[in-house]
Amino acid sequence: MSIPAELQYTEEHEWVAIEGDTASVGITDYAAQQLGDVVYVSLPAVGATVVAGEPCGEVESTKSVSDLYSPVDGEVTEVNEELDDDPGLVNAEPYGSGWMFRVRLAAGDGGEAAPPAGLLSPAEYEELTKSAG
Amino acid sequence: MTAQPAGELKQTPLRAVHERLGATMTAFAGWLMPLRYGSETAEHNAVRRSAGLFDLSHMGEISVTGPAAAAGLDYALTGLLSAVPEGRARYTMLCAPDGGVLDDLVVYRQAADRFLVVANAANTALVHAELEARCQGALVANETAEHALIAIQGPNAAGILSGLTSADLAGLRYYAGCYAGVADRPAWVARTGYTGEDGFEIFCRPEDAGRVWEALTQEGGKSDLVPAGLAARDTLRLEAGMPLYGSELGPDVTPYEAGLGRVVKLEKPFVGRDALAARAAEPPRRMLTGLIAGSRRVPRHGHPVLSGPGAAPAGTVTSGAPSPTLGMPIAMAYLDAAAEPPFAIDIRGRAEPADRVDLPFYRRSKQG
Repeated sequence: MSIPAELQYTEEHEWVAIEGDTASVGITDYAAQQLGDVVYVSLPAVGATVVAGEPCGEVESTKSVSDLYSPVDGEVTEVNEELDDDPGLVNAEPYGSGWMFRVRLAAGDGGEAAPPAGLLSPAEYEELTKSAG
Repeated sequence: MTAQPAGELKQTPLRAVHERLGATMTAFAGWLMPLRYGSETAEHNAVRRSAGLFDLSHMGEISVTGPAAAAGLDYALTGLLSAVPEGRARYTMLCAPDGGVLDDLVVYRQAADRFLVVANAANTALVHAELEARCQGALVANETAEHALIAIQGPNAAGILSGLTSADLAGLRYYAGCYAGVADRPAWVARTGYTGEDGFEIFCRPEDAGRVWEALTQEGGKSDLVPAGLAARDTLRLEAGMPLYGSELGPDVTPYEAGLGRVVKLEKPFVGRDALAARAAEPPRRMLTGLIAGSRRVPRHGHPVLSGPGAAPAGTVTSGAPSPTLGMPIAMAYLDAAAEPPFAIDIRGRAEPADRVDLPFYRRSKQG
């Protein structure tokens, strides 16, 4: 199970890659393995406002459905439309072609994009997956 | 299902094999079972197109033996087991006095005075107790620990097994079984299954399970045989319209509502007969129905079904999954007899259109 060192994570088993004022989001390898074959991903609309910790989509697998949470506050700028035709990319490359959506981070008090709070380091996330069994 | 520590779960004799194959293991009815080995969709498709190998050693095996066995089972179960010839099998049910289903069973008549009753893992203890109480004069024994059960299912199953068994597979009809060697180990080989494909279930001694599994794996290598887990088994049986105890069947359901009235033989006395006779005389209030969802969102167990222009509640989904064969979500649901189209399924708060279809969703083409 892979947990790339350059990413940040959430307790909902999502990863976040922050570049400038943009966050890219997907689900982790651990999450994809737990779900089994992903058959459909319902993503937020481009332009939608998302709030950290709130559901903004769904991930359907053979056995279950899970909410997709936004790990950050902001506006959705892009979604991975390839998942519509090939949701299996989430299992095949959860950190690559299986990415889900991008968010322009909401401005903080100083007008700059606010650094998201409450994200987990790779070590913290690994600990989480171990305690989850 | 609540997770249990692995230490408290029963293990099949093939546990080490599954772990070597990298299976994702899961708790199921008190057993540690392989859920999937890789992609459950690939396992499902292999069973439809080539063959899959399943460890079903969690299933309960209860023997009923002696001169009173046949009559005892006639009284205990909905079917007429005394009419089953030696070497044949019957799908039947154990019902409560009120007609509710306590378990659905496959019963093999292995000899004139010996029947092997195969129960769902979660119900094995109950079935054993009920058979002991109901089969007066017969010897009833829970032989689950003395059996491993390996199923090979799919269009290539017969070709793979034929090279390894002394059984005459060409002469073995659907729902028939015989004692035979498999990989030189003693076994009961039956042409039964839970996938909608041709296939076999091999009951062998636990100490022989590894050898039988390995021999089938080796022989199946050139016929695209893959190990398949419980996840694939569930979507295969759902496509084939086969009920699952706990989803479509339970103590609050009679065989009639499940569309299985054919397994009830009212012309003989048995536990639950009077209640079922009364049910048979009236039109069922609800019926097990197939639904195909019009969206890509997947109906799941417990989702409400809505009916008519007013979208009135009309039933509940019992099983739902994305169908690998049909490429769209399918579901079974109990629907009120009076329910009218258009239908919709309330999937997590949003109504998605659905079409009512006849079961099964998938029927294999009979060839050879």
